[in-house]
Amino acid sequence: MLTYIIRRLIGAFAMLVVISMVTFGIFYVVPQWAGATPEAMASRYVGRAATPETVHLVAERLGFYDPVVVQYGNFVKGLFAGAQYDYGAGVEHCPAPCFGYSFITGQPVWPDLLDRLPVTFSLAIGAALIWVVAGVAVGVLSALRRGSFFDRLTMGTALAGVSLPIFFTGMISLVVFSYGLGWTPPGGAWTDFSENPAEWAYNLLLPWITLAFLFAATYARLTRAGMLETMGEDYIRTARAKGLRERQVVVKHGLRATLTPILTLFGIDFGLLIGGAILTETTYTLPGLGQYAILAIRTQDMPQVMGVVLVAAMFVVIASLVVDLLYAVVDPRVRLS
Amino acid sequence: MSENEPLLSVQNMEKHFPVTKGLFKRQVGAVKAVDGISFDVFKGETLGLVGESGCGKSTTGRLVTRLLEPTAGKIVFEGQDISHMGQGRLRPLRRDMQMIFQDPYSSLNPRHTVGAIVGAPYRIQGVKTENGVKKAVQDILELVGLNPEHYNRYPHEFSGGQRQRIGIARTLALKPKLIIADEPVSALDVSIQAQVVNLLEDLQKELDLTYVVIAHDLSVVRHISDRVAVMYLGKIVEVADRKSLYSVPMHPYTNALMSAVPVPDPKVRKDRDRIRLKGDVPSPLNPPPACRFHTRCWKAQDICKKVEPPLAQMAEGHQVACHFPENAPELPAAETAAKTG
Amino acid sequence: MSFLDVKDLKIHFPTDDGLVKSVDGLSFGVERGKTLGIVGESGSGKSVTSLGILGLHKGGRARLSGEIWLDGEELIGASTEHVRSLRGKKMAMIFQDPLSSMHPYYTVGQQIIEAYRIHNDVSKQVARKHAVDMLGRVGIPEPARRVDSYPHEFSGGMRQRAMIAMALSCDPELLIADEPTTALDVTVQAQILDLMRDLQREFNSALIIITHDLGVVAELSDDILVMYGGKCVEYGSAEDVFYRPEHPYTWGLLGSMPRLDREPTERLLPIKGSPPSLINVPPGCAFHPRCPYAERTGDKATTEVPALAETEGGHLVRCHMSREERRGLWENEIKPVLETQ
Repeated sequence: MLTYIIRRLIGAFAMLVVISMVTFGIFYVVPQWAGATPEAMASRYVGRAATPETVHLVAERLGFYDPVVVQYGNFVKGLFAGAQYDYGAGVEHCPAPCFGYSFITGQPVWPDLLDRLPVTFSLAIGAALIWVVAGVAVGVLSALRRGSFFDRLTMGTALAGVSLPIFFTGMISLVVFSYGLGWTPPGGAWTDFSENPAEWAYNLLLPWITLAFLFAATYARLTRAGMLETMGEDYIRTARAKGLRERQVVVKHGLRATLTPILTLFGIDFGLLIGGAILTETTYTLPGLGQYAILAIRTQDMPQVMGVVLVAAMFVVIASLVVDLLYAVVDPRVRLS
Repeated sequence: MSENEPLLSVQNMEKHFPVTKGLFKRQVGAVKAVDGISFDVFKGETLGLVGESGCGKSTTGRLVTRLLEPTAGKIVFEGQDISHMGQGRLRPLRRDMQMIFQDPYSSLNPRHTVGAIVGAPYRIQGVKTENGVKKAVQDILELVGLNPEHYNRYPHEFSGGQRQRIGIARTLALKPKLIIADEPVSALDVSIQAQVVNLLEDLQKELDLTYVVIAHDLSVVRHISDRVAVMYLGKIVEVADRKSLYSVPMHPYTNALMSAVPVPDPKVRKDRDRIRLKGDVPSPLNPPPACRFHTRCWKAQDICKKVEPPLAQMAEGHQVACHFPENAPELPAAETAAKTG
Repeated sequence: MSFLDVKDLKIHFPTDDGLVKSVDGLSFGVERGKTLGIVGESGSGKSVTSLGILGLHKGGRARLSGEIWLDGEELIGASTEHVRSLRGKKMAMIFQDPLSSMHPYYTVGQQIIEAYRIHNDVSKQVARKHAVDMLGRVGIPEPARRVDSYPHEFSGGMRQRAMIAMALSCDPELLIADEPTTALDVTVQAQILDLMRDLQREFNSALIIITHDLGVVAELSDDILVMYGGKCVEYGSAEDVFYRPEHPYTWGLLGSMPRLDREPTERLLPIKGSPPSLINVPPGCAFHPRCPYAERTGDKATTEVPALAETEGGHLVRCHMSREERRGLWENEIKPVLETQ
């Protein structure tokens, strides 16, 4: 078991290293290969109006003349130890983890990311709760009543849920529930949990449901399929032969085995979401990581984009690590290998 | 090749599957699936390989047909050493050596017609037939007792027994010399088993085939074999011609195996002298040292835990690997005891 | 009335391809302390029978009719909740494949404890003690330690012992074992059969053993019921069925089996053809397409279902031939051939 955990931890760490290399490569090395001179890259920081001397100076201070390996080393060092940026006029300290400075605002990227994280996290956690509970419940009920009206209705709805894009369902529900009925606040409303939990939930209700609808549909279909398979297993027959009540057969024996593969999917979905629910955040103008990413891409603010990408990747890696470890807890057969 | 030379000769054949552990996938051991076995198969005879799960009988079948490569030892087919031959050079030999599998459901491609399945060997080996492949296939279908008009049907349209006949027809297409049958009847119903056993016997006579039949069912093996080898945890513990093996089994394991087979005679259960082994077969990952049977053997002494008994000739054509064989003729038994003690 | 009395049991499943008559008018009885063996090939309806008694047959669309009396209580008319409360307590079942029949995520102990606590209002500690006790009684070494193992950590034989411990945990009066040893090695099979025999003596329960293996039936059964195409074709004491069989299908089963306890014959005597699919049972006598004597009874074989008639002292046979004709065939044609084996 211990070797299993250690091996997974090492694997996760190696994954993060690879991701940082690839990200660094895409944002700093590829442009240089593509012919961008250090000056061209530096000019992003100082604006088009700067003199060539200034640009040259900045490029030198930012290390763009150094070999790629040294640049990567400085980048990693910045992540862990922080970095010093000498702008000539003074030394600016960028504390760890340093993702550099925004081209546009001139502010360090990390505090911005930290600001945005609670929004995305709130969105993801609420939606995940709804979609897991709803998706699994609907999936189980459909499987137990296969072919019934309920089954056909929910599976039809689920098909719609999978096929309708979020910006569509999101827009429709905004128009109906916010602008039409006035039940929910219009887009852009955000209250921090620590300020007012009730308002926090109220503001997020519509985004939660919209986002959860998409995932719940997938989870319902998967749960139904898994449940149908599990309920045909020999050990379910054994459970019934013991005289167990049908509800316990379903919950203790059927659901337990069905949920294991769904757990894997959930970990990865959740990890991805914390990295930014781009469509939902954009539709409801929520100040989360996804919206931040879109803005960064639109303004070609490389340090910002890179920061989001690295943070998002880290969440996915951590989530799948947690799932792997949980898997070993849930399924005793995994512990052996 | 002279008359007395075996068609297939296996010498000290071993197959170890590595087992890895820990962070760096270090090899910590090996599953000794087959651990140094030797036997010969002569032309026209049937050798039965019998044993319980994990004894290595199926691995042996895969090794001699070279679906697996042995870790050590030699496999000689028709005087040619094929132990480490590459797939390219093996290909022409595959004509002469065919395999019948246990499961007639999964070993036939459900999307191919019977004609395509049985005819495939011709195409793969590029064999020319006199009146075309179709005629040849229909002849074989008739030979194994299937309706030749069913040429265009799919496997799912046949029953289990008929599917096993299709499997047999496929192996016969290229007129092989040696057929390895791995549990050829164990997936079939009782009444169908007998049909397939009879078919295998008829085909042997008609086509002058040589069989290695691998099975866990001692009664089937006895019925079909001329000689029988009993395997336990990767070793052959006893080889003899059918008659002496079943009438005077010498290895305690062979005795126990035969005693364990339920007899379809309600009277016998009351007055039969039984040998009951304790426990299950140990794992081949960590087999007991020396004589591998000593953990379950009622005759085991200290020597059995220390010295591995060699497969020694105890009577004409009867070899046993045991320090204290049952039913052994006086002299050789005393000799072995003297040798090892 | 017997402890378990089944009268004219029918289990039919409507499917898209037609009505599947898995069990079609079956009657039998078992006393406490006695064993009934139900023998049949795949698709004979033997497993559905056992599931039907426990109310575990699949699908809400199954149509059950007839009567099942357990200890004076009728079960087909009883509420599902009542039948559930009897399952595991008064009647229990052992399945073929102990690995797939145990939940992979729960320890063996947890599964036995669960079975015990459904029907007994005791604390977890008491139930755990009982589970350890049961594991010890079925011959699992170090039960106090093994109780916390998972099924995959057990060997095949140990798993089947654990299954038996689970089935016996509430001291059931009726135990049904569906192919309990088919997935096991022969030496382990012998252990399990011994165990079942001993436990039955100890618990004095009624035992039904369902199998395709005549050897296993002969080892355990007092009475034997032979099923074919959803119907009983022969029913009598073990001695009747093995020494004085009167149905051609029973003769065929006996002739198909290679036997260890007799000298081998040149050839086995198989039954021609394959077992029928339950969706398409032949008209008249279901066995007539495979019966070598079908012509003797003329048109009746194909048009009229023969009645299950008593031939002598509780020995029932479903055949159109007269009693004298059947006895003549057995004494003069079948028995001499089988006996030379």
